[in-house]
Amino acid sequence: MKIGVCIKQVPAKDSPIAINEDGRWIREDDLKYELCGPDEYALEAAIQIKEQHGGEVVAVSLGPARSTDVLRTALAKGADRAVHIQLDAPEVTPPLPAAKALAEALSKESFDLILSGLQSDDQGFGQTGVIVAELLGIAHTTVVVDLEVTDGEVKVKRELEGGWYQSLSLPLPAMLAIQSGINTPRYASFKGIIAAKKKPLESVPAAASTEAHQQTLKIYVPEKTKDTQFLEGDPDDAAQALIAKLKTEAGILS
Amino acid sequence: MNDTVLVIAEQRNNQLNPHSLEVIAAGQQLAAQQGLSLVAALPGATLDAGAASLAETRLDDLLLVQHDLLEPYTADAYCAALGQLMAELNPKFVLIPHTYQARDFAPKLAASLDRSLISDCVGIKPGESGPVFVRQLFQGKVNADVVALGEPPYFVSLQAGCWPAESVESGSATPRSMDVSLDASQIRARAEAPERGAAQAVDLSSAEIIVSVGNGIEKEENIEIARQLAAAIGGELGASRPVIDEGWLPLERQIGSSGQTVAPKLYLALGISGSSQHLVGMKGAKTIVAVNKDANAPIFKHADYGIVGDVMEVMPALIKALQG
Repeated sequence: MKIGVCIKQVPAKDSPIAINEDGRWIREDDLKYELCGPDEYALEAAIQIKEQHGGEVVAVSLGPARSTDVLRTALAKGADRAVHIQLDAPEVTPPLPAAKALAEALSKESFDLILSGLQSDDQGFGQTGVIVAELLGIAHTTVVVDLEVTDGEVKVKRELEGGWYQSLSLPLPAMLAIQSGINTPRYASFKGIIAAKKKPLESVPAAASTEAHQQTLKIYVPEKTKDTQFLEGDPDDAAQALIAKLKTEAGILS
Repeated sequence: MNDTVLVIAEQRNNQLNPHSLEVIAAGQQLAAQQGLSLVAALPGATLDAGAASLAETRLDDLLLVQHDLLEPYTADAYCAALGQLMAELNPKFVLIPHTYQARDFAPKLAASLDRSLISDCVGIKPGESGPVFVRQLFQGKVNADVVALGEPPYFVSLQAGCWPAESVESGSATPRSMDVSLDASQIRARAEAPERGAAQAVDLSSAEIIVSVGNGIEKEENIEIARQLAAAIGGELGASRPVIDEGWLPLERQIGSSGQTVAPKLYLALGISGSSQHLVGMKGAKTIVAVNKDANAPIFKHADYGIVGDVMEVMPALIKALQG
C-alpha cells in the first residue's frame, strides 16, 4: 500500500494576522507556523493505514522553503519519505494551480491512496484534494469520518450535514479528503524525531504556473456586523458588568 | 450564449435544502445586476418536492436534471450529468450552495472544464469589470475580494446564512425535464443511501440559554467549570468542533454546520474563535456574548457583548457574579 498525504504549513492558530503593505497578503515576519489542523488527521490516517497494511507513506507539501518543517514533522511521526514542491508565492494561491503542481509531483509515482485534510486553515478553499483526484483521473470522496482499506478498495463513511452520513466504497487508487476528528493524531516521539533526520526529503520545483481563472484583488479585515459592547476591567469586574447588562439591557436573566 | 446565471440547487431527504433558496436569492440579485437570465437546475432521481419549492421562486427557467443513477449521490454521476447541463446551457456564472455535497462534486466539475471554483463566498458586490466575490481567509479573520478571470463559466459556491432566504422573490416557474445520459459504468463509487447518525439525546435547538466552549478551554478538565457555569446560569452546554474532535464532549453537544443549529435567547461563546462552520450554527441567537483572549477573533464581529480575556479566569468570575 503506497500512500501519499498532502499536508500544508499554515500560520499557528492563535497568530495575530496583519495585512501587508500591498494589501494582497499577510505580514509573514514574526509569524509562527504549524501543520494545518485538518492535515494532521490526514497524516495520522495515512500512518495508521500503513501500520495495518504495510507499505509506504510519502508526505507532500507545496509552499516556500519553511514548509519543510511540517514535512520533518510528518517524517518524525512515521512518514517514510517527503517531497517538498517549492512555491514561494506571498499571495493567495488559487486551488487549480496548487492542485496542478501537486498532481504533477504525485503523478510521478503510483499511489494506491492519496489523502489530504478537508480544507486548509489559511485559505480554506476546500478543493485541492478533489481537483488532484480529477487531474490524476482517480475516484475521490470527501468529509471522510471513517475508513477501512480492504482488497483493492476503500470503504468510507462520509459526513453529511445535520447528523447524516453516507457509506460508500471506492476502487483503488482513490483520493480521500479527511474530516477532522477521525482519529487522535499522535505526537512525534523523541526516537521519531531522531529517525526523521535520516529519512529522505526531496525538493522539486513547482510545475510552471497555469491559468488560475481567479484572482484575489485585495484582502482586508472584515467590518463588524454588530456593535459589540466590550466590558473592561479585571475578570471579576467584567463578569459583574456583563451579568448586570444581561439583566437590565438584554432582559435575559432575572 | 453566456447570458445566464445558473443555480445548481440541492435536495436533501426528498426536500429542497433551504440553503438552495439562499443561493436563488443571490442568483436573482446577480442576474439583475449583470443583466442576465436566471436558471435553476435540480439534479436527482425523485424531484417532486424540490421542484415544487423552486417553482414558487422567480426564475427564467427551471430544469430538472433527472436520472435514476443520481440517487444515491455520487460525485461521478453528478459531474457526468452536470457536465451535460453545462454543455447545453453554456452559463456565464454557476452558483452553488457550499454544502458538504457541493464540496464533493463542484471542484471536480469545474476542474473537468479547466475552470476554477471560487468557493465558500459570503458576499457578491459590483466591480469595475464584473462582480467581486467576497470570501474568508484565516478562518474568518480576513476577507478577500476575488474576481473571475478567463473564459466562463465562472463557478462560485456560497456559504450558508449570508443571503436571507426570505429575500427570494417569488414567482411561478414551470419545471422542465432535461434528459441526461448516464451509465452505471461511469460511477466508480458504490454508494449507499444516506442514514441518520445515532439519535440525538440532547436537543439544543430548544434551549433558551447555551454555554458553548471552544479550543480556548485548552484542557478536558476545564469542561467541569463550563458545566458549573451552565448550571449557574440555567443553560445547556454546547461546544464547537475542536472540543468534540478532542473527545471532551459528545457529538450531540456540537453546534455548527456538522452539528446542531441553535437560536437561543442567550449564547455564550467561550474560547470560540468563530469559524464560519461554527457561526452558521449559532448566529441566529438573540444575544451573543463572546469571551476570547484574542481581541481580533471573528466571533467578536457577531457578539453583542464581549470580554477580552482568558476564559479560565472569566468563567469562575461569571459563576461568582451569578451567585452574588
